[in-house]
Amino acid sequence: MNTEVQKEQSMVIQKKMLGEHYEKLARARKDGKKVVYTFVPGNLNELILAFDMLPVHPEVNALQSGMRKLSGDYIQEAEKLGHSEDVCTYVKCDIGMLKKGNLGPTGEPLPEPDLLLLSYTGCFTFMKWFELLKQEYNCPMVMLQVPYQGDGRITPSMREYTARQLREVLVPVLEQVSGKKLDEARLAELLASSARAEDDLVYVWESGKHRPSPIDGYFGGVYYIGPIFTAFRGVPGCEAYYRALRQEVDFRIAHGMGPTTPEGELRQQKYRVVVEGPPNWTSFREFWKIFYDEGVVMVASTYTKVGGLYDKGFRHDPQDPFNTLAEYCLGCYTNRNLPARVDLIEQYIRDYDADGFLFNSIKSCNSFSAGQLMMLRELEKRTGKAGAFIESDLVDPRYFSAANIKNRLESYFQMLEAKRLAA
Amino acid sequence: MSIRAIVERCEDLYHDLDLGYVRDWKARHGAKAIGFMPVYVPRELIHAAGMLPVGIMGGADEVEIIRGDAYYQSYICHIPRSTIELGLAGKLACLDGMLFPAICDVIRNLSGMWQIMFPDRYVRYVDFPQSWVPAAYDFYRAELREMLHDLERLSGIEATTERLNRSIALYNDNRRALTELYDLRAEQPHRVPTSELYLLLRAGNVLEVSEHTALLQDYLGAARGTERPLRDNIRVVASGLFCEQPPLSMVRAMENSGCYIVDDDWVLGARYQHSETPQSHDPIRAIADSYMQDTVQTATRYVDDGHNGDYLVQQVRSRGAEGVIFAAASFCDPALLDRPMGARALTDAGIPYTAFTYSENTGQIQVIKEQAGTFADSIKLWGSV
Ligand code: SF4
Ligand code: SF4
Repeated sequence: MNTEVQKEQSMVIQKKMLGEHYEKLARARKDGKKVVYTFVPGNLNELILAFDMLPVHPEVNALQSGMRKLSGDYIQEAEKLGHSEDVCTYVKCDIGMLKKGNLGPTGEPLPEPDLLLLSYTGCFTFMKWFELLKQEYNCPMVMLQVPYQGDGRITPSMREYTARQLREVLVPVLEQVSGKKLDEARLAELLASSARAEDDLVYVWESGKHRPSPIDGYFGGVYYIGPIFTAFRGVPGCEAYYRALRQEVDFRIAHGMGPTTPEGELRQQKYRVVVEGPPNWTSFREFWKIFYDEGVVMVASTYTKVGGLYDKGFRHDPQDPFNTLAEYCLGCYTNRNLPARVDLIEQYIRDYDADGFLFNSIKSCNSFSAGQLMMLRELEKRTGKAGAFIESDLVDPRYFSAANIKNRLESYFQMLEAKRLAA
Repeated sequence: MSIRAIVERCEDLYHDLDLGYVRDWKARHGAKAIGFMPVYVPRELIHAAGMLPVGIMGGADEVEIIRGDAYYQSYICHIPRSTIELGLAGKLACLDGMLFPAICDVIRNLSGMWQIMFPDRYVRYVDFPQSWVPAAYDFYRAELREMLHDLERLSGIEATTERLNRSIALYNDNRRALTELYDLRAEQPHRVPTSELYLLLRAGNVLEVSEHTALLQDYLGAARGTERPLRDNIRVVASGLFCEQPPLSMVRAMENSGCYIVDDDWVLGARYQHSETPQSHDPIRAIADSYMQDTVQTATRYVDDGHNGDYLVQQVRSRGAEGVIFAAASFCDPALLDRPMGARALTDAGIPYTAFTYSENTGQIQVIKEQAGTFADSIKLWGSV
């Protein structure tokens, strides 16, 4: 077996899946398909698919605009319309994109929503974002409020509230908008498929414990979460993708290989790092390069858990659809309180035998960022490992200062080296 | 008491970052005190459990930030850093617990930071429904019952139905007095300068509720009987100041710039609901219903029908205002994300507005005064901006 073929297989599958999804979206009106706009964390993909509707995720649009270097213009467009410089740039990128024709990655306009499904999990901005969209679209909006784990645990009343909203509010609205009755058998089938893909994804995450690590759990990780966090969880294609990915990882483990970076395999792994915070999308490659050039591999990350902490045991359960969906939404990373987030990162640092950890603090994102400096200090105290702290943004190119970030990281890598020599 | 004496008393309380009143009250009553962050918590529960609810609104420009900045990046609002500063300096040590209402991700995450920093203190994140469906009512009642249970355990006092109803009655009295104060200011703004009203509101953050109500009534009596010069000011509604507060100097600058503020949203939790909470055999249900059904509209509360801003327009109309000043704390997501929706509603209704940001320790008072002054002048001259 040859690595390039292996690598291509999962990438090709993912690319094909995405292409088909955008084609379906472009044809949605013609095909009589209904479209639901909804957020990634705590998304109800299986439920949406059970009604044969198509999901669109505004954050994904924003991050793709970032990667395609369009976000800067979109953000400025929104600011011209009176949106503040100080708020989440995902929102402004989305509003700017909408005002400029809502063109998707295929160059065709995305269909307008038939429903705004506000899955309100782990981020306050989601609520304002959809309130803003509600002013733009003449369609119903429905809220799924997911209580926050203020004490670091899910109480029966939180579960009950979330599950009841699903049964009593969301299903009737979805039935009405789609014109279809909920097919429970179909929902169970989708959930069962999700669980199988989730098993494979967890296998991939845990492979980061190997030396050398066969994956990059952050830069590579954002590709790995693509299908399962978005429109595909629950469908056979998604299962096939994760099966293929797992095989690739197995191949790399068997051959003592590292992950593939844009410039080839990362062979020399000098440092193993755990990352907290979303990446920067506008300079994604440049950002990644700073690390692989220095032989730094990201063995685990929290951003890749915003759409589900499967590695801590959660699986969608086809036997108990509403409770399982509730549990899923409640358990997403940013819905956990700060002490629980610190615990998780500490565990990652230990379990993945990391040399240090990095906070990429995102200007836009209070949900992640507020409190990160304290998390950093707490982790240094608990683990004795060195932490780095850099600042950037998701999609606002004005807040990615390559020279600054590079300088900081170089000093950090030197510190890791010094620590190693001293050990 | 004269207006001057009342205002001085309030100003002393405002400046007392050591919470001397709270410490005295605790000593006098042999009881505990519970702090809470903006915007709103059901204070009746704390009161019925025999404790003093204490509203904490950061440190304004009165606290030197030594350690707080090391906890927050530059792009996060100011109130959490001054609150941390106060906590680390031991100024909040008289609070036996702290409640963090679900208004934004910053306060939400601060609840977790507090848990880590003060592990022996009671900390609770108060989650509110943002959905108005039957399941939400049940959820909120369960939250309130759980919180009350915690509070009872902390104080050792059972919040019986009778005690809860008594607290409800006292807070109803307080809301009534505040409504009178706001109505009087809207009718005769020269009799109730905003800086005085503001200090009275802030006093309500610490004073025991009946004492605060008595103070409000004294002020109302004195204000009605005192002639003060009527200025040629425009009438405005100030919006967006529900959490981090502007420094007192900015409040004064706003009203000295040619604007009568006839409605606002500072210290909003004290005026969160419109009507009174009924006394009943199930007071928890009554408190939950009041929250769910009959409150102000503000940026931290979900609007599901796309009519964000209608409430603001209504406020302008019912108060006879001529314009709106959007003033928000820098980096305040809720206020700043809400602003374009409010602005749109105002534009549709032909109501002029101006907008700026501030921080609780801002030194840019002159700039803000000039902006508000220009806004006032243009309305006076042309009726618009
Ligand atoms: S604040 Fe953070 S989590 Fe929320 S929408 Fe923005 S980027 Fe996403
Ligand atoms: S000022 Fe705004 S962002 Fe800051 S804590 Fe208050 S509500 Fe949250």
